[in-house]
Amino acid sequence: MSFLDYFRGKKSGSSASVAKERLQIIVAHERGQRDQPDYLPQMQQEILAVIRKYVQISEDMVQVEVDRNDSCSVLELNVTLPER
Amino acid sequence: MARIIVVTSGKGGVGKTTTSASISTGLARRGHKTVVVDFDVGLRNLDLIMNCERRVVYDFVNVIQGDASLNQALIRDKRVDTLYILPASQTREKEALTKEGVEKVINELSETFDYIICDSPAGIEHGALMALYYADEAIVVTNPEVSSVRDSDRILGILQSKSRRAEMGQDPAKEHLLVTRYNPDRVERGEMLSVADVEEILAVPLLGVIPESQIVLNASNQGLPVILEEQSDAGQAYDDAVARLLGEEREQRFMTAQKKGFFSRMFKGG
Repeated sequence: MSFLDYFRGKKSGSSASVAKERLQIIVAHERGQRDQPDYLPQMQQEILAVIRKYVQISEDMVQVEVDRNDSCSVLELNVTLPER
Repeated sequence: MARIIVVTSGKGGVGKTTTSASISTGLARRGHKTVVVDFDVGLRNLDLIMNCERRVVYDFVNVIQGDASLNQALIRDKRVDTLYILPASQTREKEALTKEGVEKVINELSETFDYIICDSPAGIEHGALMALYYADEAIVVTNPEVSSVRDSDRILGILQSKSRRAEMGQDPAKEHLLVTRYNPDRVERGEMLSVADVEEILAVPLLGVIPESQIVLNASNQGLPVILEEQSDAGQAYDDAVARLLGEEREQRFMTAQKKGFFSRMFKGG
């Protein structure tokens, strides 16, 4: 830390804060996948294939998730179509 | 009934064996009959850290396969007489640790010991699963560094879904976070994740913080659990962690940088 940094403060741009931010994102993502049923990736591929018969979309434009509530599970399917 | 505690991390080299050696020594020194079990079949090292590598005759796998009795395989520690070590096999396959075999040994140990410390191998393979399967509690050893924190989260997920407690629908294993190789100076400079950051990401209650220290290598060179280096900061930090494990309230130490004078901060850098 140099003379000027001493007065500027240091936290926000530090490598530790970058590390924390990256970890929060990846950990949240992996926790989300942890509770998902095993068949989900396969199903996502098949849904993608069906949609591609009609519209050209890329892989990241289909998102499939299962939300569990107390009494039921909801299959959430999110498809982004390209602009015409 | 023994308390069964797994020391785990996912990632290798973060201090599982160092921690297992010190926590078990600390518990035994307080009069609790304690056994520390090495689950790292093929890469055993607890015996070296505990300085009993030349006294290994029979091992964990020998006991499971009925080639030796538990009493033949257990090694009594030379420093603390309520402490025993059950070494891992160096030659067998990992799969020699069967669920039934491990259960039989754990049950037999439970009859005579107060604490069973399971030193897990790195990874999320069979050996690591067996080490955490029967645990009532888990000490998750984490370095303040991205890959270690991520792997700790992964092993926590496995603990919550694949352990016996999870499979039987019992109360989940109690989780403890132990942050090791902590360098408060680097944290202050913004170069290292803080304990608060790690706690926030993993959402596991903090058991203790072990500062990065040259003493740890010196101790392992000699086969001395670092908790016995009573004058050292790392040794005292482990002693605090053991006290907290036993329900004592101890304030966290070794988390702040050494105070420096105004002039050294201005001219020599943080």
